[in-house]
Amino acid sequence: MKKWLQKGRFLSLFAMLALLLMGCGDPTLSALIPQGEVADKQFQLMLISISIMILVLVVVFVLYAFVLLKFRKKKGDNSTPKQVEGNHMLELLWTVIPILLLIILAVPTVMRTFEFSADAKPASKNELSIKVTGHQYWWEFEYPKEELITSQELVLPADTKVHVELSSADVIHSFWIPSLAGKTDTNPGDKNKNYMWFETGSQTDVVYKGKCAELCGASHALMDFKVRVVSKEDYKNWVAGFKAADDKSSANANGQQVFEKNCLSCHAVGQNGGNTGPSLTGFGDKDRVAGILEHDKENLKKWIKDPQEVKPGNNMPKVNLSDEEIDAVSDYLLGLKLK
Amino acid sequence: MATHESHKKRSGLMDWLTTVDHKKIGILYLLAGGFFFLIGGLEAILMRIQLMEPDSKIFTGELYNQLLTMHGTTMIFLAAMPIIFGFMNAIVPLQLGARDVAFPYVNAVGFWLFFFGGLLLNLSWFLGGAPEAGWTAYAPLSTVAEDTGVDFYVLGLQIAGAGTLAGGINFLVTIINMRAPGMTFMRMPLFTWASFVTSGLILFAFPALTVGFFLLMFERVFDANFFNPDMGGNILIWEHIFWIFGHPEVYILILPAFGIISEVVSTFSNKRLFGYSAMVFATVLIGFLGFMVWVHHMFTVGLGPVANSIFAVATMAIAIPTGVKIFNWIFTMWGGQIRFSTAMLFAVGFIPTFVMGGVTGVMLSVPAADYQYHDSYFVVAHFHYVIVGGLILGLFSGLYYWYPRMFNRVLNETLGKWNFWLFFIGFHLTFFPQHWLGLMGMPRRVYTYMSGQELDGANFVSTIGAILMGAGTIVLLINIVISASSKYATTKDPWDGRTLEWAMPVPTPEYNFAQTPLVRGLDALYVEKTAGNGEMTPAEPVGEIHMPNGSILPFILSLGMFIAGFGFIYANWIVAGAGLGLVLITMFLRSVIDDHGYHIHKEEVEADIKGGRA
Repeated sequence: MKKWLQKGRFLSLFAMLALLLMGCGDPTLSALIPQGEVADKQFQLMLISISIMILVLVVVFVLYAFVLLKFRKKKGDNSTPKQVEGNHMLELLWTVIPILLLIILAVPTVMRTFEFSADAKPASKNELSIKVTGHQYWWEFEYPKEELITSQELVLPADTKVHVELSSADVIHSFWIPSLAGKTDTNPGDKNKNYMWFETGSQTDVVYKGKCAELCGASHALMDFKVRVVSKEDYKNWVAGFKAADDKSSANANGQQVFEKNCLSCHAVGQNGGNTGPSLTGFGDKDRVAGILEHDKENLKKWIKDPQEVKPGNNMPKVNLSDEEIDAVSDYLLGLKLK
Repeated sequence: MATHESHKKRSGLMDWLTTVDHKKIGILYLLAGGFFFLIGGLEAILMRIQLMEPDSKIFTGELYNQLLTMHGTTMIFLAAMPIIFGFMNAIVPLQLGARDVAFPYVNAVGFWLFFFGGLLLNLSWFLGGAPEAGWTAYAPLSTVAEDTGVDFYVLGLQIAGAGTLAGGINFLVTIINMRAPGMTFMRMPLFTWASFVTSGLILFAFPALTVGFFLLMFERVFDANFFNPDMGGNILIWEHIFWIFGHPEVYILILPAFGIISEVVSTFSNKRLFGYSAMVFATVLIGFLGFMVWVHHMFTVGLGPVANSIFAVATMAIAIPTGVKIFNWIFTMWGGQIRFSTAMLFAVGFIPTFVMGGVTGVMLSVPAADYQYHDSYFVVAHFHYVIVGGLILGLFSGLYYWYPRMFNRVLNETLGKWNFWLFFIGFHLTFFPQHWLGLMGMPRRVYTYMSGQELDGANFVSTIGAILMGAGTIVLLINIVISASSKYATTKDPWDGRTLEWAMPVPTPEYNFAQTPLVRGLDALYVEKTAGNGEMTPAEPVGEIHMPNGSILPFILSLGMFIAGFGFIYANWIVAGAGLGLVLITMFLRSVIDDHGYHIHKEEVEADIKGGRA
C-alpha cells in the first residue's frame, strides 16, 4: 500500500512542478499562445483532443489505481481467484464508447483539415501571397505582386490572410511559425510544390520566431527566420522603401567597393547582384545576423570572417578579406537601411 | 546432457558460433541486442548532455546529427528488434511444446546476418563518420551526403534486415506447423500470438524496406536518380516506401511487448487473461490496420486534405483495439491476487505509460493540429512514451520474468526494484517535459537551441531524467553480473507459471520436452495444476529424438555479406565480388552436404527423465 501512495504523491508533485517550470513558453514562439486564425483553430483542436483524451485517461487511471490497491495479494491468503473468461457487456462497452469519442474527434479533424488546405492558392492577384524557398540554411521570401525578394525576415501587414507557396532549392526543409500556423514541408522539385495559408493576427510591431522543422543538415538547428507583423500602413511604406533601395543607400564608399568586388555575385542589394545567397537589401534594419546572431557589428564581422564557425556546413565561402576590409564592409552592410 | 557418439559435440566459443539451438540463439540475440542497447543509450545521454543548457557547443551540428541518426537506428534495428527476437527464440518453441523452430539453420543465419549488419553500421564511427541523415534517411539529404556514413547505413541495415526477414518467416512456419498436440491457435499464449502477428508484419513490411534500401544504394553507389527531381525522380518515393515499412515496424516492435505484458499480468495476478479471444482479435486487428496508416508520418508533406483525412481516421481506429487491450489487462488484475515482483512492476508501470503514449498518438492523428506537433519535440515525447514506456518496459518485464528459464538463475528482486523505480521515474522526467517543449516551438533533431526562448528549464529537467534512466540501466547491469557470478539457483517454476515454458526442469534440456506434451486448454500448465497433476501429460511414448547438427556455415555466410558490404561502400568490386563469392560457396556447401542431424537414443532420454534432467 505504502509504495503506491508514494507513487501517487510523486505523480501529482511532478505534474505541478512541470506546470510551474514550463508555463506556456515564449509568446513569439509558442503554439500554446496562438495569434491569427489558423494557429487559433489549431490550438482549439488541441484543446478538443486533449479534453477527450483526459476523459479517457481519468477513467483508465481511476480503474487502474483501484485495482492495484484493492487486489493485492494478502499475506497468508492462498485461495485461488475465480478464473474469469471475460464479460461481453463490458467488452462491448469499451469498444463502443471509444468509437463514439473518436467520431466526435473525427468531425472537427476532417473539417479543419479541408479548411486549411482550401483556398491556399491566391484567388486573385490582389491577395497577399509569398513564395518561400528553403536553402541550406536560410530562407528566401519572394513577394510576386510587389516584385521584391527578401531573405530571413518576412514583413507582413496585420490582420491579413497570407497565401504561401513553398519549395526548396536543395533538400527538404519545413516552414514553421508556431505562433501563426503549423508547418508545411518545402520539397525540392516542381512536382512537389506546397501551398498553405495563415492569418497574421491583430498585434502589430511584433517579431515572431520561425523555425525549420525538417532535418536538413549540420546547421538545421540554426535555420531560424523572423516574421515581423506591422500595421497595414507601415507595410506599404516598407514595400515602397524596399523597392526604392539600391546599393548606394549606405554611405560607406570603401565598404561598397569591397562588397561589389567580393559579395555581389551571390548577394543582391536592390536590383543588383546575384541570387545564390540571401538578398541583403535593407540589411541594416534586420533583426539578426545570419538568422541567429544578435544584430551588431561585432557579430557581423565574426560571421564574415569565418561563416563555417557560426553556421557549420553552410554554403557561404570564407572570403579572403583583410580586417580593414571586413570592418568597412560591415559598416556598409549595417548602413543599408530602408527609407 | 544427453549426447551421442555420432554427434560431434563442440564446446566453448565454437559451440556458440555453430549453434542452431533456439535457446542458445535466443541468448545470442539477447546479448548482442543488449550490447547495442547500451551503445544507443550512451548516444542518447550524450545528446541530452548537449541539450542540457542552451547554446552548448560540445557537439556541433554534424556530430550531433550522427548521434541522433545512430541512436534511432541502433535502438530500433539493433537493440529493440534483436531483444524481441531473443525472447521469441527462447520462449515461443517452449510455449508451443516444440523441440525447436522449424528451420534451425535459417535461425542461425538470421542471427549472424543481424549481428554482422549491426557491426558494419557501427564501424562507420571509426571509418569516416556515422550516417547523419536521421534514421529516416530522407532523400535528398541522404543521397547528396558526400561521406560514406549513409552507405554504411544502407548496407548495414540491408544485411541486418535480411536476417530479420529470415527470422520472421521462420517463426511464421514454426507457429503454424510445430504446435504440440492439442495446442490449437486459440489456446496459444498471448506472447506466441503476438510473435505470430509480428512475424506476419515482418514478412510484409521488410520487403518494402529492402526495396527502398536497394533504390537508395543504387542512387548512392551507381548514381541512379530515383529521388533526384532534376532528373525526373521524386523525393516522395523514398518517404512513402520508408513509412510503408516504418509504420508496421512500430507494431512489429510493440505487439511482442503486448504479449509479454499479457503473460506477466496474468501470471502475477493468478488469473487467466480476461477476454482472451478479444485480445487475440485486437492483436490481429492492430497488425492489419498498421499497414494503413503510414501517411500520418507525412501529414505536412503536402499530400492534400483527402489523403490526410483518410489516414487520420484510419489512425484513430487503431486506438480502439489498443483500448480493448488496456481494459482487458486491468480486468485481468481485477479480482486477482497481485504479486509485485519486479517483472510485474514493469508490467504495471507499462500500462499507464503506454496509455499516455496512446493518448498523444490520437492527438497526433488530427492532421490540422499535427501541423503544429509534427517534427517537434511533442513527437519525440510521443514515440518515446510508446517505444520506451511501452516496448522497453515490456522487454524489462520479460527479462525479469523469463530470466530464470533462459539463464537458470533468478535476478535479484531488490536490485530489480531499484532498476524499475530509477528507470521509471527517470523516463517520465525525461520525456514528459518534452511534450511542452514541442508545443512551445522546439523542433526535433536540433543540436542546440538559443537561450531566451523559454526552453531552458524543461530541457534541463529532461537531461536529469535521462541520467536517472542511465542509472537504472546500470543497476540492471550490476544485477546481471551478480546473478552471472552466482550458482544455478532456481526452481523450474519460480513464478507459479501457467504456460508450457515452465513445465520442464532447469536447465532446459536441449530437446526441450522429453515427450511432446498434450495440451488440454488455454494456460496448459495451469490446467494440469488444477487437475492435480502438476505436470504435463505426454502425448507420445519416450522415443528417439532427432536433433539438427550445428554448423559454422551461417557465420561464414554472414561474414561474406559483411565483406561484400564493405566492397559496395567503397565501390571496390573485387572485395564486393569476393564477399558475395563466399556467400555463394557457403550456399553451395549447404546444398550439397547431406546433414541428417543426429539422434538422441531412447535410453539416454529415459536416463535423463530418471535423473530429473528432462
